[in-house]
Amino acid sequence: MEFALSEEQRMLQDTVGRFLADASDLDIVRKAAEAHEAFSKTIWTGFAELGVAGILIPEEHGGLGLGMLEAALMSEMTGRHVAPIPFIGTAVMAPLALTLAGSDEQKAAWLPRLASGEIVAGVAVTETIGARDGAGVSSQGDVLSGSALFVIDGPGADLFVVADKEGALFLVDASAKGLERIDLTTIDLTRPVSELRFEGVTAERLPNGTPAVVQQMIDAGRTMIAADTLGAGQMMIEKAVDYAKERKQFGRVIGSFQAVKHLCAEMAAELEPCRSLVWYAAYAQDAIPEEGALMSCHAKAHLSEVGRFVARTSTEVHGGMGFTDLVGLHYWFKRIGLDRQLLGGPERVREEAARLQGWAA
Amino acid sequence: MDLAYGAEYETFREEVKRFVNENKDKSPRQSGTGRPSDDQRKWQDLLIKNGYAARTIPSEYGGYGAEPDILKSRIIAEEFTKAALPLGLASQGVSMLVPTLLELGTEEQKKQWIEPTIRGEVVWCQGYSEPGSGSDLASLQTKATEDGDDFIINGQKIWTSTAQVSDMIFCLVRTEPDARKHEGISYLIFPMDTPGIEVRPLMTMTGYAEFNEVFFTDVRVPKNQIVAERGQGWFVANATLKHERGMLGDPNQAGTRLAAIIDLMHEETVSGERLIDNPLFRDRLVQLQARVSAMQFHGMRLLTASAKKEDPGIARLVVKLMGCELNHQLAALAIDALGELGVLYERSPHLRAGGRWQRSYMFDLGLIIGGGTAQIQKNIISERGLGMPREPKPARKEGVA
Repeated sequence: MEFALSEEQRMLQDTVGRFLADASDLDIVRKAAEAHEAFSKTIWTGFAELGVAGILIPEEHGGLGLGMLEAALMSEMTGRHVAPIPFIGTAVMAPLALTLAGSDEQKAAWLPRLASGEIVAGVAVTETIGARDGAGVSSQGDVLSGSALFVIDGPGADLFVVADKEGALFLVDASAKGLERIDLTTIDLTRPVSELRFEGVTAERLPNGTPAVVQQMIDAGRTMIAADTLGAGQMMIEKAVDYAKERKQFGRVIGSFQAVKHLCAEMAAELEPCRSLVWYAAYAQDAIPEEGALMSCHAKAHLSEVGRFVARTSTEVHGGMGFTDLVGLHYWFKRIGLDRQLLGGPERVREEAARLQGWAA
Repeated sequence: MDLAYGAEYETFREEVKRFVNENKDKSPRQSGTGRPSDDQRKWQDLLIKNGYAARTIPSEYGGYGAEPDILKSRIIAEEFTKAALPLGLASQGVSMLVPTLLELGTEEQKKQWIEPTIRGEVVWCQGYSEPGSGSDLASLQTKATEDGDDFIINGQKIWTSTAQVSDMIFCLVRTEPDARKHEGISYLIFPMDTPGIEVRPLMTMTGYAEFNEVFFTDVRVPKNQIVAERGQGWFVANATLKHERGMLGDPNQAGTRLAAIIDLMHEETVSGERLIDNPLFRDRLVQLQARVSAMQFHGMRLLTASAKKEDPGIARLVVKLMGCELNHQLAALAIDALGELGVLYERSPHLRAGGRWQRSYMFDLGLIIGGGTAQIQKNIISERGLGMPREPKPARKEGVA
């Protein structure tokens, strides 16, 4: 029994973390965000050059062929560095859809291009969890109509993976006739999302797409979002601690006041067990599939709650500076804020966890 | 990550399961006093003989003498818990004094005390806290003055569990009044029937006396009943306090408690509706379930670190704070779900589970405070875990000692 990262996993995480610390530093993030870029091509290209855009993609299709735990470690790093790159949709949910539900031709056509970072894939599954403003996609044969909201990695996508109301899955080319993409502005400018409107759009069906596959995509996505919050939260704690060790008031560093120290201790105490939960949830996706759905719910919901606590507390430790744009702490605050709602907020996800255990209808 | 135990351990698990199956009916009744009953002592002997208690204590001191293997210890705990069988004694003597003697005792002390302690024949209590020295334990004032070959002890201890049934006490006393506060303390062991010791039960908010106060008036203790050197007592005690903090906030306890609440919420109804069908209570249940899972996986992570002799750093420091709070919140949910029934106590009609949820809820608050308060834990986490500075000491005024 070994509940720990392997040496290889640690090295991979370190390598990608070091790359992002440099490539995705706050000035670069700020520029990308202020320009409302779909994503930062420079960071994405560098990230893909490390091979990790293809982290889950089988080696025969040009990927690294690693598992959900490794993917979660990457997601943690993207959260840590508020990286404006399309990781969760393009590197996790879309490859999973293709691998589980695609034909051999579809896999051969798309997986290598996803692995190399050449194309970006948006993922439209939100309505499977909950449809707002009348959204939802219907299919007649391979023709799609309706709309999808909160499409992950939507802006800048070349390809979309779309779930219809019955749980069938489709590939839609971004330039398909009758498809309109409207980008939504959220608080988090590091990962914009889109709305898609379909008016008789001809799509390509993934032959093995089923509600179960859509669910597996959502489970994986939720686990990645939890890992993103873990990384962002960890960074917010480190920033709060560093600030508290430097900032002086009343003739001493504020980090020597127990009122401030205890806030930092509470953040660390809440977040540290979350790391174990995220590892387990990610590992379960591959190794203990019967627990995969429930653990992704727990990870997603619990990290949402702890993330919110860390985000506001770290901001408070920073005092007035935390509230300004100058320090840029709000990029992490907002990232955690978006994470909380994507693929279901905690109340909704917990209700799902109850259903999975037969506790709710 | 590899959550399989592997062939060697699965074989071991089968052995444990066989033992559990064959010996289920020998499960002893708990004495409820803190002093093991004859039944419990027989059970303990059986466990030691088979290597399921005192497993790593050398056989020359009455233990089973196995190499430490944290995974085997965990397997034993898992299988016994599954079968609802009591594990070996986990009294303060077994969990705190024995490791201390093994690490720092003389050969004679080990020979004299370890075997009867692990067999439950000699029961110990811990004399650390004092009315004036709680969080600031090192300020303790119980003093031991020299008189020939003896120390004469005067002072008072508090929060002394099982003192009324104990044979012996391991006790921190100030032997060097002129030394700095951490360096003037010694660790003495002596019988509780020594003249001059008075034990008074300390009734707590639960309505039970889980603790005692112990008063020392001219208690005469031979100087050789000391563990390690004079003035080293603080360091001796700290070597074992870490064992105590590891015990508090045990995630397996939270798991057992959660399972009981899940059952309760399926069985109890309000106006014909099961509690589990109430979305608000269900939401709280799932929230706590995620926390219990997180703490259990966290425990596995710490277990792996200690098996690999790695320092898990801050991960270890958060267990007492988070684990005790989680247990408290679980009891709170059970009480709230039971509503009016949740406040019934003692021998009231309609009482549920013997009033255990209220008693746990209150006693857990004691555990949040005891063994290093939540606030002291936060100091430890921020100072040792996050490297934050200590609170500066107030400047002393001229002429004040």
